[in-house]
Amino acid sequence: MEALADTIIPSDPQAPGGKDAGCAVFIDRQLAGPYGRQEGLYQRPPFLSGAKNQGYQSDIGPAETYRAGLAAINSVCRERYGGRAFADLSTDERILFLKVLEAGEVKLQGVDGKSFLEQMVKDVQMGFFADPIYGGNRDMAGWKMIGYPGARYNYLDWVNRHNERFPLPPVGITGNAEWTRW
Amino acid sequence: MVKKLPRKDVVVVGFGWTGAIMANELTDEGLDVIAIERGPWRDAPTDFPPTYMQDELRYRVRHELFLRPDQLTFTFRNTMSQTALPIRSWGAFMPPNGVGGGGVHWNGEMWRFLPSDFVLKTHLTERYGESFLPSDMTIQDWGVTYDDLEPHYDRFEYLCGTSGTAGNLGGGIQEGGNPFEGPRSRPYPTPAQQQPFSHTLFGKAARELGYKPFPQPSGNLSQAYTNPLGMRLGPCTYCGFCEWFGCSNYSKASPQTTILPYLIRKSNFSLRDNSEVIRINLDRAGRHATGVTFVDSSGDEWEQPADLVILSAYALFNVQLLLHSKIGQPYDPVTNTGVVGRNYTHQTVSTVNGFFDNKKFNFNPFIGSGSIGMCIDEFNGDNFDHGPLGFVGGGYVGQVQTGARPIESTLVPPGTPRWGVDWKKAVKDNYLSTVKPGAGVHGSFYAYRDIYLDLDPTYKDRFGRPLMRITMDLKENEIKQNKFLTDKFAEIIKTMGAEKLAVQYRTGPYDITAYQTTHLNGGAVMGTDPKTSVLNRYLQSWDVPNLFVMGASAFPQNAGYNPTLTVGALAYWSAAAIRTQYLKSPGRLLDV
Repeated sequence: MEALADTIIPSDPQAPGGKDAGCAVFIDRQLAGPYGRQEGLYQRPPFLSGAKNQGYQSDIGPAETYRAGLAAINSVCRERYGGRAFADLSTDERILFLKVLEAGEVKLQGVDGKSFLEQMVKDVQMGFFADPIYGGNRDMAGWKMIGYPGARYNYLDWVNRHNERFPLPPVGITGNAEWTRW
Repeated sequence: MVKKLPRKDVVVVGFGWTGAIMANELTDEGLDVIAIERGPWRDAPTDFPPTYMQDELRYRVRHELFLRPDQLTFTFRNTMSQTALPIRSWGAFMPPNGVGGGGVHWNGEMWRFLPSDFVLKTHLTERYGESFLPSDMTIQDWGVTYDDLEPHYDRFEYLCGTSGTAGNLGGGIQEGGNPFEGPRSRPYPTPAQQQPFSHTLFGKAARELGYKPFPQPSGNLSQAYTNPLGMRLGPCTYCGFCEWFGCSNYSKASPQTTILPYLIRKSNFSLRDNSEVIRINLDRAGRHATGVTFVDSSGDEWEQPADLVILSAYALFNVQLLLHSKIGQPYDPVTNTGVVGRNYTHQTVSTVNGFFDNKKFNFNPFIGSGSIGMCIDEFNGDNFDHGPLGFVGGGYVGQVQTGARPIESTLVPPGTPRWGVDWKKAVKDNYLSTVKPGAGVHGSFYAYRDIYLDLDPTYKDRFGRPLMRITMDLKENEIKQNKFLTDKFAEIIKTMGAEKLAVQYRTGPYDITAYQTTHLNGGAVMGTDPKTSVLNRYLQSWDVPNLFVMGASAFPQNAGYNPTLTVGALAYWSAAAIRTQYLKSPGRLLDV
């Protein structure tokens, strides 16, 4: 997952990538919680397939999808790259693999490859920008990168200051980046 | 076994805006009122503190304050020939739950409808002729006029402390306000909110193009305000966490900040939370409501007898409870008979995102409030000639960006890869210099013969009752309307100086997975003919005269505005009829 997170959000000299920002930790925690189990969602049968605009219709939740999807990605990689798992591929090989997956040109065992990639992209990016209490956006890296000042609540002095850069660093729900333990 | 509780004068089903208004009005009349709410108790300081409310993942993405679909949901299909499937996770709209209802997590947009909106069928037929309307369009007049509602609009605006600039004071057009609005009896209680950079830029561009922009009327207050009940609200701090979130800064008008602390102290008011009303009970003849039956959090059933029943849940749940209680004839689109479930509508919204040069523009887009915005109304309702255009209806368009919470608001220009090095760079380059107006195009949604609500034949809720089925699609009239409005909107964003535009028209088929506002309407509409309405012009049931049904379910079709102010005004209008007429001779149908 960390290799995937780093491919979806690569590190650069200005900002860390998905791995160092904790996006895999974020996803792991989310999948272990209500989101992973589809808790609170309508789960009564029958589960019929319908049109895409009728919404997701399955009793298989995100935790199960990730388990199957990650295993399937590694299995396809091992076949194609001489026994190497996704994490063992070079950066270019990883990018190429995800592009082919995105194009719907790789069949994964048990999950739809294209939808799974979309889900991972969404979740990794969510981890990059959610409050750091959820394990991602470590050191508020995502927020610092874009200039988002975080969980502040009073801009009364700033609403009329047009076209000026807001000067304060981000804060999260539990305070500033230095106060956060990993 | 069902346990029976002592009789009350009034039972209020659902405790959001309209439940709170009705409970307050009827307790003022000396009646003993109980409200029954499906969701939990919620109060501003304990449930929405600014110490942890700014959590986009919890409240926006994971829907913390909303109803859970496993408690109750709906099924959906586009057309009558399809099989409807359950909405397993919310998308197109977000049903509220709990004390305060949608009034907790709304944006606070406080629009009045146009005078012509209330006499829509008559107005359009007179101006364009009957044959101008699509043959399957089932729009109708409301049975209530703008002039009837004006004092009640005013009352709700003053309850909330609404911030805005009047455009029409007693017929005199005012500089800086909306010149198309109906005449208002007095100015807004507080001045308009301040506008961030991109909003003022929109106003400037709109003026350059010859429009008359004005600040969106706002339930997030520009300054401190004490309402007629003595409730004190504070100035909005533009934190950018409004829609989807609660406000404990007492800056956003909600039942909690404008009514509840006053109402809860009355000895003739009581409230049960975590209790879901599953049926309105009728006498043997089916002409008189005897009260309601509800289920508490232990699964026990209780009967609450009452002389007067006020149904004030969210629009869709009102219709569902009527269907489950067998009140009114269910609508059948094939024979075009029946009324319950008829004229169901939504809102036709779209947007245009503008990407600007980040060396010249820094919008600090995280500064915002739920109903901040600069809008124009030239293309709403029938404010423009539809004759050459071949459609009816319209909407306001505006820069109504309510903040830039980073999970949802890290946009990239069209053509950018969705992940990888280029995506990351584009996010970094564009976040502070992108205009993202949300539902910047906010169009009407008119009613059609085959768009309706009924009970699903297959799927059941946790009590074994059928789910309600939504049959909903976008028709050519609304698609044309949206194309016209979106193009006009894009022109303004371009004039602001955007280098790249992402134009997102609303097209068919209607998509239940994509959020399009929670403005669902109709299904239990008001009117003057029992053959085409569930309620008379006072929101009183034609079939069961001691039942009044509040909410947007009474809208015969939807106008190009946010519905809440009209929903509140209708509640005050209905309450006034109950207080001055109905209570003198309870049970009798009010004269229409």
